[in-house]
Amino acid sequence: MNNYTPTWMKILKHAVIWLTIVFCMFPILWALSASFNPANTLVGQPLIPEEISFSNYETLFTSQQHPFATWLFNSVKIALIASFGSVALTTLAAYPFSRFNFWGRRNGLFMILLVQVFPQMLAMVALYLLFLNVQTIFPAIGINTHPAVIITYMGGAIGVNTWLMKGYMDTIPRSIEDAAFIDGASGFQIFYRIILPLSKPILGVLFVIQFIASYSEYVLARVLLNSTDRLTLAVGLHLFVAEDYGGRWGVFSAAAMLGAIPIIILFMLVQDHIVTGFLSGGGVKG
Amino acid sequence: MGSLDKKHILKIALLAIFNALAVWSAIILFVQRNYVILAVLVVGIIVINYVYLSSKSYPAKYILPGTIFMILLVVFPLLYTVYISFTNYGTGHILNKEQAITRIEARYYRPEDPREFDFKAFKQDDIEDIKLLLEDQEDGRLFLGIEGEIEEVTRDDPRLLDTTDDGEIDEINGYQRLERAEIIQNVAVIEQMRFAYNDSEMRMRDLNSFALYRQSFEYDEERDVMIDLRTWEEYRPIEGRFTNEEGEQLSPGFRTYLGWENYQELITDPRISRPFFRVFVWTFQWALLSVITTFGLGLFLAILLNDQAMKLVKLYRVLLILPYAIPAFISVLIWRGMFNPTVGIVNRILVNIGLESIPWLHNIFWTRAALVLVNLWLGFPYMMLLSMGALQSISGNLYEAALIDGASRWQQFRYITLPLVLVALGPLLIASFAFNFNNFNVIYLFNEGRPAIAGAQTPAGGTDILISYTYRLSFEAGRGSDFGLAAAVTMLIFFITAVVTWFNFKFTGALEEVKENE
Repeated sequence: MNNYTPTWMKILKHAVIWLTIVFCMFPILWALSASFNPANTLVGQPLIPEEISFSNYETLFTSQQHPFATWLFNSVKIALIASFGSVALTTLAAYPFSRFNFWGRRNGLFMILLVQVFPQMLAMVALYLLFLNVQTIFPAIGINTHPAVIITYMGGAIGVNTWLMKGYMDTIPRSIEDAAFIDGASGFQIFYRIILPLSKPILGVLFVIQFIASYSEYVLARVLLNSTDRLTLAVGLHLFVAEDYGGRWGVFSAAAMLGAIPIIILFMLVQDHIVTGFLSGGGVKG
Repeated sequence: MGSLDKKHILKIALLAIFNALAVWSAIILFVQRNYVILAVLVVGIIVINYVYLSSKSYPAKYILPGTIFMILLVVFPLLYTVYISFTNYGTGHILNKEQAITRIEARYYRPEDPREFDFKAFKQDDIEDIKLLLEDQEDGRLFLGIEGEIEEVTRDDPRLLDTTDDGEIDEINGYQRLERAEIIQNVAVIEQMRFAYNDSEMRMRDLNSFALYRQSFEYDEERDVMIDLRTWEEYRPIEGRFTNEEGEQLSPGFRTYLGWENYQELITDPRISRPFFRVFVWTFQWALLSVITTFGLGLFLAILLNDQAMKLVKLYRVLLILPYAIPAFISVLIWRGMFNPTVGIVNRILVNIGLESIPWLHNIFWTRAALVLVNLWLGFPYMMLLSMGALQSISGNLYEAALIDGASRWQQFRYITLPLVLVALGPLLIASFAFNFNNFNVIYLFNEGRPAIAGAQTPAGGTDILISYTYRLSFEAGRGSDFGLAAAVTMLIFFITAVVTWFNFKFTGALEEVKENE
């Protein structure tokens, strides 16, 4: 805009922005402060603690009743395997949709579009009953096992990711493959040696987004897991504070800080892609 | 060609491992008589082997793994939800009819003949089997119970040996008498032992004795009724429970097809429909408020930041998107602590500046207000990023032309910026509506959908949205589960989601995009 902006207006602009930044930062700083405050209570907490201590962080790794370190490890493990598996399945599925013309291609694309409209979470009752029944046949992937959660996440992410991946692969010029074909490359070699390396950027981004989504997922993990040492961080932390918040605020804050940092770093890595319309298909991050 | 052969061997090896696992599963399913799943599995095995062994169907080799996952973990659960919504699946109706019949037929009563038998158990090392010597407490008759058969014996039967000569039998056919502690170790086996005696059944009563029992109920398959063997009363299956003419019901119930009953309950039963209606209305209000507030603040900040000359823009941007980078479950829980009505910081600030403290989390209106605020914090950075992108795509010429025509800042916003941003972001705003419509995490983690609605028969809270309501119907501890009703509510969410998305597809031409792939 080429309008003339008076000075008072500029100052007002900055003031409004700083006000919003305070709104943004306050909860984070408040929890950060609580995490270093040995008082471990919501009562009368000052913004700057009188005494700095790591006792809350120590509790995280020593508590017998609430194994935070195990929860964090479970979350990372589940998210890593589920994202890897989901990206692998997605890449395989997207490749023929982008490159070949085959019977059922259009209907297949349409089905994927249709299915990904309904969040998998809506089927929580059915998934719970499904794994309850699977348990009587294969206890290793039944209720209260990590494999159950992992394959649930893997299946849930395929729809929307296949569309994104296919869209990206469509932009890779075909001439490279044609050249490779003339040089005698087999079908799988073309996929493995050409398409896969050229898709690296999107593979990375999808992996990170999938990781964040799995790590942050709550309800399916809550439904499928029940013993304390198998919970994910999201479920464990909620149960931890739902029982009694007043006397656990400091320890919770420490867990919140540790749990948020890896995701903040990952998020900063892919934020440009998120802006350029990555989540545009699916809405907002959970 | 060497590498091709290696690859071929690898493929065959993987397929062999898969087939081994699949056949193993098939055997388990066969033993469990789970024929439906077995049939699906067999079809699956055939399809997978065909696809990977045949030289045709090349694309299917890539698509199949993902398709299987999607069918098993998304499509099937969605369809299964549809099915559940027409059943009474839930607490008291967990078993299928066959299992419920087995359970009811396993119920016994003590007949008028209250005969009891002291027992001694005999066992040989390394052999599961246990022999019993039973003595009638009334008349002292002796019985030998071996391998499910009972036979009356006399005290001088040659098989009964009293090796220590203390008047007690210690050995039968090489089986040694068990001491009390050993009986406890083997109680699981002894408990399972049954002997036919007259027209009753003899089974373990406690650690010392056996007694006569009779089966209470028998199922008549032809007429589909459960018969009480004492009174010959008949119980007919009504809505998943065997019920007699007086309306008495037998437990456990079983799951059965109910038709539209769950849906009717949602509309007609006032104890269910009134809270449900409130949840329904709030879900729409919530989704709409969420989109409007986050988009409003996001667009406003984007306009402020859309000024290349402004200092610190980059820093501002990073600080402002920080809430978006933190996993929502963590920030919602932090806000939950801050809104704690007695000790939380929000009320402390309010009191310090001379205002009343507010009953956040206890009062429906204020909890909803807090939720909208929390969701504004979570969601505006996304809207800001989208708006910044949209603003950059608006040509500066438009504003120049407006300036020449003498348009005010407000007019520029109202007639240029807002319409163009809305057109560019419309589909994303609708997607955001759909997302918040099902934003389980914020609602449930903040206050579990509470405070409760007074007088509600189902666990419906004042801040519950449809999806959190279905969760509470299904899994809230202490209330029992009503999977059928929960699935019926889910069907409504399906329907609304489908309408919203259809609208959005029309808007974005996503369906045309599919057609372009001709």
